[in-house]
Amino acid sequence: MSRSIDELRAELTAACRAVGRPVQIMEVCGTHTVSIFRNGLRPLLPENLRLVSGPGCPVCVTAQRHIDAALELAARPGVLIATYGDMMRVPGRRGSLERQRAAGAQVRVVNSARSAFELARDNPAQQIVFLGVGFETTAPATVATVLAAERVGLDNFTVLMCHKLVVPAMAALLDAGDVPLDGFLAPGHVSVIIGAAAYRPIAERYRRPVVVAGFEPDSILRGLVALVRQIAGGRAAVENAYSAVVRDEGNRVALDLLERVCVVADAPWRALGVIPRSGLELGPAYRRFDALERFDVHLGEDEDHPACRCGEVITGRVLPADCAAFGRACTPLTPIGPCMVSSEGTCAAWYKYGQVLAERGA
Amino acid sequence: MCLAVPGKILTRAGEEATVDLQGNQLRISTVLTPEVRPGDWVLIHAGFAISQLDEQEALETWDYLRLALGEDIAAAAGQEPPGRTSEA
Repeated sequence: MSRSIDELRAELTAACRAVGRPVQIMEVCGTHTVSIFRNGLRPLLPENLRLVSGPGCPVCVTAQRHIDAALELAARPGVLIATYGDMMRVPGRRGSLERQRAAGAQVRVVNSARSAFELARDNPAQQIVFLGVGFETTAPATVATVLAAERVGLDNFTVLMCHKLVVPAMAALLDAGDVPLDGFLAPGHVSVIIGAAAYRPIAERYRRPVVVAGFEPDSILRGLVALVRQIAGGRAAVENAYSAVVRDEGNRVALDLLERVCVVADAPWRALGVIPRSGLELGPAYRRFDALERFDVHLGEDEDHPACRCGEVITGRVLPADCAAFGRACTPLTPIGPCMVSSEGTCAAWYKYGQVLAERGA
Repeated sequence: MCLAVPGKILTRAGEEATVDLQGNQLRISTVLTPEVRPGDWVLIHAGFAISQLDEQEALETWDYLRLALGEDIAAAAGQEPPGRTSEA
């Protein structure tokens, strides 16, 4: 806590020098991406340290087929879609929820799954479909809401389950093997739920260091120092640089809830395809709260925009500026891909803060 | 979207609590943190307390979030904008 930014920078530079070759680290979480930009950390990094963004923005990884299913549900009479606001502008094959709302569909932005539940409780004549989007931070809220709906016997509340798991996505990137990754800066608040120990397979099986860090600039720098020191020493362990908030075992109550209500399933990720055992679906006892089941909607295929390289951006294969559409056809006002839609999307962050960097001459 | 924000539990009844988000009051669920009591600091995400944390960490996080997020802090905690509660 007491080390200053300058001290941490010096430690990072020394650690990078000790490695003596280019080092590539993935910050998995969109909130880290944004914090790194907002705090101007990128220009402060040693020359041989490169940070790439990972598949850690829930909006960015939601498969187009799930957006299409949400659009199909929104078109059903008597259905109201309740969703976190970030999902409103994500393009499906035809339009977005925002455009569908403008055309008369009932779509409501909520900041909490509880609000979706309350909408259902207070409007028994209306079918409320909640878009269950997010990683392990967000999934317990969805699941708790399903249990609440069961408890009070709501038959007008369902969830379109799009929840994703972080560790299988990290493993899938390493299995693909085409992006050199020396280590992972692991997300702070996902780790509150899953616990630092959840990353052990990445360290043990894949021999990559993982450090859990918070979102403040000093916490990110401390995480990077810990990572690069491990890399320099040829070690691969899980370290928790955010132990004031993250426990090794995570939140056992939340994990038990997920286990009780959900099953781990193969899941489609936007532009990444289906990753084995990387998503959560409602288990057999709770299938009646599944929107796809209730409304007999079938997931189609994804047909991503041919110009969009979001899939390569969120796997560290290219930087946003390598995409021909970035900043030209694709801007926050006219997003082609989800990474430009979400405020935590890698492209949106590069677009917003890249201009600041350019002005600084960095 | 995976950001949680700290708040202080003011009152608790069953699985519901009222928290103070630096002057802003918000009703949340404590179903994921059954151990929390009034006076405790919790991290809140989308209307749910997801863990307990100590006051020093909570205040440091606040200072950072206030600069970084401004008005969006309450939204990350699950607060709905005024007049946008449960009427459909």
